[in-house]
Amino acid sequence: MRALALVAFALLLGLTDARAELPGICGLAGNFVEPDFGLAHTATAIGKKKLTIVVMGAGSSTLPGADAKAYPARLQLALSSQLPGVEVKVHADVKPGRTAAESLKPIISELAALHPALVIWQAGTVDAMRSIDLDEFSAALDRGIDAARAAGSDVVLINAQYSPRTESIIALGAYADNMRWVALRHDIPLFDRYSIMKIWAELGTFDFTTATKKLDMAENVHDCIGRLLAELIVSAAKSVETPPPSVR
Amino acid sequence: MPPVKPERDLRLDLFRGIALWLIFLDHIPSNAVSWITIRNYGFSDATEIFVFISGYTAAFVYGRAMQEHGLIVAGARVFKRAWQIYIAHIFLFAIYLAEIGYVSQTFDNPLYTEEMGILNFMQHPDVTIMQAMLLKFKPVNMDILPLYIVLLLGFTPALWLLLRAPTLALATSALLYAMMWQFDWSVPAYPDGTWAFNPFAWQLLFVFGAWCALGGAQRLSYWINSPVVLGAAVAYLLFAFFIAMTWYIPKLGVFVPHIVSDTIYPIDKANLDVLRIAHFLSLAVVTVRVVPRDWSALKSPIFRPAIICGQHSLEIFCLGVFLSFAGHFVFTEISDRLPVQIAVSLVGIAIMVGAAMLISWYRRIERGGSGPRPPAPMPGLVGGDA
Repeated sequence: MRALALVAFALLLGLTDARAELPGICGLAGNFVEPDFGLAHTATAIGKKKLTIVVMGAGSSTLPGADAKAYPARLQLALSSQLPGVEVKVHADVKPGRTAAESLKPIISELAALHPALVIWQAGTVDAMRSIDLDEFSAALDRGIDAARAAGSDVVLINAQYSPRTESIIALGAYADNMRWVALRHDIPLFDRYSIMKIWAELGTFDFTTATKKLDMAENVHDCIGRLLAELIVSAAKSVETPPPSVR
Repeated sequence: MPPVKPERDLRLDLFRGIALWLIFLDHIPSNAVSWITIRNYGFSDATEIFVFISGYTAAFVYGRAMQEHGLIVAGARVFKRAWQIYIAHIFLFAIYLAEIGYVSQTFDNPLYTEEMGILNFMQHPDVTIMQAMLLKFKPVNMDILPLYIVLLLGFTPALWLLLRAPTLALATSALLYAMMWQFDWSVPAYPDGTWAFNPFAWQLLFVFGAWCALGGAQRLSYWINSPVVLGAAVAYLLFAFFIAMTWYIPKLGVFVPHIVSDTIYPIDKANLDVLRIAHFLSLAVVTVRVVPRDWSALKSPIFRPAIICGQHSLEIFCLGVFLSFAGHFVFTEISDRLPVQIAVSLVGIAIMVGAAMLISWYRRIERGGSGPRPPAPMPGLVGGDA
């Protein structure tokens, strides 16, 4: 349902609100990274010209043997060019096969070591693959978010990738729902990677069913995700500076 | 002893048939057509309908068997049914294994290095197959049948009590549900986690369905017909609808006070959240109002396809799971464009209806004639299965 609605929005918005700064292939999905909630610490850090970000994630936050092409590195590049004069540092703490609960310790030590303004937390895939108890999954997210906030950091959640070939084997649904609810409860933005990739699949931007050993498609996908994330972060930080009247 | 009504309520078949269609649509991953299914507009989904009606029809069929032939015979029939469902589950598991084998042979993409790790369990097929036969390994979308098996295994004593002291039986079921929440009872799964449908929780809806079939529905009729209850049900459905909309349009979330969101989330499907029960009951109250039992349209050809599917629920459910695998295969191998998704959904439902008609026909010729019959001596012959 969501995907269908998004396609409809895409077609509507795509005609009226083209975003020149994004390459065409990522562009249409760019309309769906409107932030729902602001990022206050990030806005402050941008104001102070030094933005440190920690990406906490599992296997889908990296590319085998090509870290510089994975989305954390692309995010740093995109943010640096969008925020001239700001020293942007994106630190990726990524380990394949890591569940949300297993991310807690590294989150806490990254918070203490780097004092990031923003923690980007990619989760959901591994927990779904290992059928981790849903209560434990959302409790782990709660604890990580609380820890980041207590340490003075913003949090953005990233959900699982859209992976059509494994969809009938990995049940992402309940984990994606829980991430959405956790984000709503904590008033933090959710970067809906799943829906964005779904849109690309439906528009024919990328073909995720291709079997290949080559990295080109994967690199393009990560590049787009990095750019869209930058888009989300910058506009969420801006929305704090000038809060629209409808936001509480 | 409460009377067991002789004629079958066609609404049960109708809504179970529709539930089977919705389960099929929801089980095809990324199926755009599934936006029409009720899970997107509230808290509960087709699973609640299916479990409730299965409890209702189980009591209807085996309750009479127990009254006429006693505990042992009825219990033996319940066990036979559970065995059939077990066989069906293993059959579906074989199809699932074939699917996994195919994906692991044909798919490789550096974007999905993480996701491909799920195929590692194929390195230990012996363990996986054993665990599946013990109902501990739970392939995606194959959770309802193990739940159904366990519910039937516990059904004979529940039915015995329901026929003697229905209120006590229902209270016992509710107590079990409450104790499950209190003590975190669940059934472990392989390799991690617990069952996707906790039988300690879902038994409540199954027993409630049985309770309604054995005279409970009449006892509730005063409440069901009360305008206050109807109003509350409608209000709750609207509330759930609005909350569901905030999942798709997060901007609406600002209108949900924190005290509400902190209270309702997470909405627990495995343990049959109270919010889900309330949503199902509200839907039932409204439905019973809108669709009366003697509504003449129930006999019209428009509803015939859904009713006939509901009358052969086990076969059609299994077929639906198989078809959802097949549909997903079409999406990934041929095309997942919107028209293809719609076509796959419609063709799938048509196949389910065709198979249900074939089963009906087959049962008729097996019985040697299709004229009107005296009250059926066996479960299944009253026009449907438990």
